[in-house]
Amino acid sequence: MSASAVSQSAMSAFSTPVSPIFGRLTLESFPFHEPILVATFAVVALGGLVVFGALTYFRLWGYLWKEWFTSVDHKKIGIMYMVLGIIMLLRGFADAIMMRLQQALAFGGSDGYLPSHHYDQVFTAHGVIMIFFVAMPLVTGLMNYVVPLQIGARDVSFPFLNNFSFWMTVGGAILVMMSLFVGEFAKTGWLAYPPLSGISYSPDVGVDYYIWALQVAGVGTTLSGINLICTIVKMRAPGMTLMKMPIFTWTSLCTNALIVASFPILTAVLALLALDRYFGMNFFTNDFGGSPMLYVNLIWIWGHPEVYILILPAFGVFSEVASTFSGKRLFGYTSMVYATVVITILSYLVWLHHFFTMGSGASVNSFFGITTMIISIPTGAKIFNWLFTMYRGRIKFELPMMYTVAFMLTFVIGGMTGVLLAVPPADFVLHNSLFLIAHFHNVIIGGVVFGMFAGIAYWWPKAFGFKLDPFWGKMSFWFWVVGFYFAFMPLYVLGLMGVTRRLRVFDDPSLQIWFIIAAFGAFLILLGILSFLVQIAVSIKNREKLRDTTGDPWNGRTLEWATSSPPPDYNFAFTPVIHDGDAWWDMKQRGWLAAVSFVALLGIAITHTFNYNRDFSIPAEDVIRAEEARTRLLAAQVTP
Amino acid sequence: MTAQAHHEPGAAAEHGHGADHQDDHAHGSLRSYGIGFGLSVILTAIPFWLVMSGALGNNQLTAITITAFAAVQIVVHMIFFLHMNTRVEGGWSMMALMFTIIIVVIALSGSLWVMYHLNANMMPVHDMRQMP
Repeated sequence: MSASAVSQSAMSAFSTPVSPIFGRLTLESFPFHEPILVATFAVVALGGLVVFGALTYFRLWGYLWKEWFTSVDHKKIGIMYMVLGIIMLLRGFADAIMMRLQQALAFGGSDGYLPSHHYDQVFTAHGVIMIFFVAMPLVTGLMNYVVPLQIGARDVSFPFLNNFSFWMTVGGAILVMMSLFVGEFAKTGWLAYPPLSGISYSPDVGVDYYIWALQVAGVGTTLSGINLICTIVKMRAPGMTLMKMPIFTWTSLCTNALIVASFPILTAVLALLALDRYFGMNFFTNDFGGSPMLYVNLIWIWGHPEVYILILPAFGVFSEVASTFSGKRLFGYTSMVYATVVITILSYLVWLHHFFTMGSGASVNSFFGITTMIISIPTGAKIFNWLFTMYRGRIKFELPMMYTVAFMLTFVIGGMTGVLLAVPPADFVLHNSLFLIAHFHNVIIGGVVFGMFAGIAYWWPKAFGFKLDPFWGKMSFWFWVVGFYFAFMPLYVLGLMGVTRRLRVFDDPSLQIWFIIAAFGAFLILLGILSFLVQIAVSIKNREKLRDTTGDPWNGRTLEWATSSPPPDYNFAFTPVIHDGDAWWDMKQRGWLAAVSFVALLGIAITHTFNYNRDFSIPAEDVIRAEEARTRLLAAQVTP
Repeated sequence: MTAQAHHEPGAAAEHGHGADHQDDHAHGSLRSYGIGFGLSVILTAIPFWLVMSGALGNNQLTAITITAFAAVQIVVHMIFFLHMNTRVEGGWSMMALMFTIIIVVIALSGSLWVMYHLNANMMPVHDMRQMP
């Protein structure tokens, strides 16, 4: 396309007639002609009406508004993040299973059931949703919930900002969801490379939805990163030095440092893309001195730290879980901390491995290939630390521990294919193939998703005061793990045979069997997700049977288990004083009857301490009442 | 990181709970603000003069010089206006600054290096005179 044609099409995009009220929104923006979308809309609208009606009927709006939506309590905000992540998981997974079905069907001259412009939106939305609106909310939610409890704080540093960040993330998610029924979503792949995402090749609203959703959610993420760093740096309990921090708090600190340093790059690069699209600028166009390659370079400077933003908290969860369920102190705490910090820095030195094939040449590719291989060393050290934590431990195979073992097995495979892809000549063969797709799903599902499920099962009793139902948890676990292998091992094979990603139809009939196996795997994962939802429903139904009154159902080692479950609004009546890395374990060793009497004393002492909290005061009587109730519960345990 | 760990106990105890409302930022004196202001003016005036007068007689050399002045200006602002030193906030400000500098240097120098190679290898030679 010549430059004049580019500028002409850019002009025509601006000169379409604009209604004073609806702007460029016309009836044509609504996808009436897509039976799949119309049916989806009908189901969503019906479901929405049912939920709306139920909330109104049970008069829950006021409760939700006062107790949850406008809450500044880090625990409630954390839970809302988790709910957002799980709801968006359903949407992102719907996209995934549509793709699997399309690819399993579209052989032998068949076009499958998705037209190309719809299929392209589906794979873009899948990637965007899974990273930004599933993985990020789950990770942020877990950090939000657990970190203040682990460091003995009453809340995060900026509680209101925390609520604000959450709603920014929701705003981004709503924009993506809206694009399903109003207009369309981007058809560019999840990172929206120009020139495809430029105005001349994507004149529709899809990329605009993409840009605004990510800008809004990205600001929320940056603010929550700042908030959590401040919390960890400034609000640790007295005596909790950096090297006595629980490992999950350490990984959270590093993750949020990565967020604060890398998300501004994403914001800047998307702002430049927006300038290209709206004001005819030429940062990333083919002509007038623009360079699409600069976009790829910049977005991966954010993009690579992003994958460590997701995996580091998962590593933290596995560390806590391995140590708790092996009944041992974490092996090699110091090396774990150093490995985390080294990964934090190194994650900024590897971004070019995402575009070895773009043509930087031998010296650049070798440098980034070697840094990529180096970053696998601290990661490998962590695997050994978890293994040695389990070694000679008294392992209890509860659900979180099962996820940890599955993670170690799965993640090692993903790590090895990653190191293989880090070799530039190998990458020239495998770049953009299904091998790459299998690799990153291997590390994201095997690492982040398993980590989040382990974290949910591990901290659920802390959040709600009862355990999750183990039977349905194990169903979910086995469906997820087996389903993952069925869904992605065939993709490794296909990738090695040269099948590239994002294809809608295939010619070679011999490939079909692999896609059918992959679709079967996706179906197993569907069962895994459904089992997870059933698990939550069954657990809520049987909550009295699953009740935990001790506040410490797993014989935990870190501070969050020292308070009641669910913790009171103020978390800890007394600011705990820390002598040891596993603070709560240390307290228990110092005599846990003493800990009970310690708790019993709190009700009296609290009147002197509650006014630490200046911004959001909780009346002393409430605290005394809550603490007395907990003391009674604990006393019932001691004297049968 | 270790140095941090060593002197952190004091800071943690000091800033512990709720105490983080108290304002422990260093404030400059009139004199330090004056010095900062004076330096900023000088560091702005010299590049301005260099560009207006063309004293160096070489565009590239001028560009490099004013970039260097800008870098010095950043340091002046940080010391005199943002009161940056190794002691503020128990050393955390300094550590955050170091982290920022490392990341910015990696991102900028890496991008320049990568984009230089990509341009040399992949971009067709444009003759701007033939551009429409």
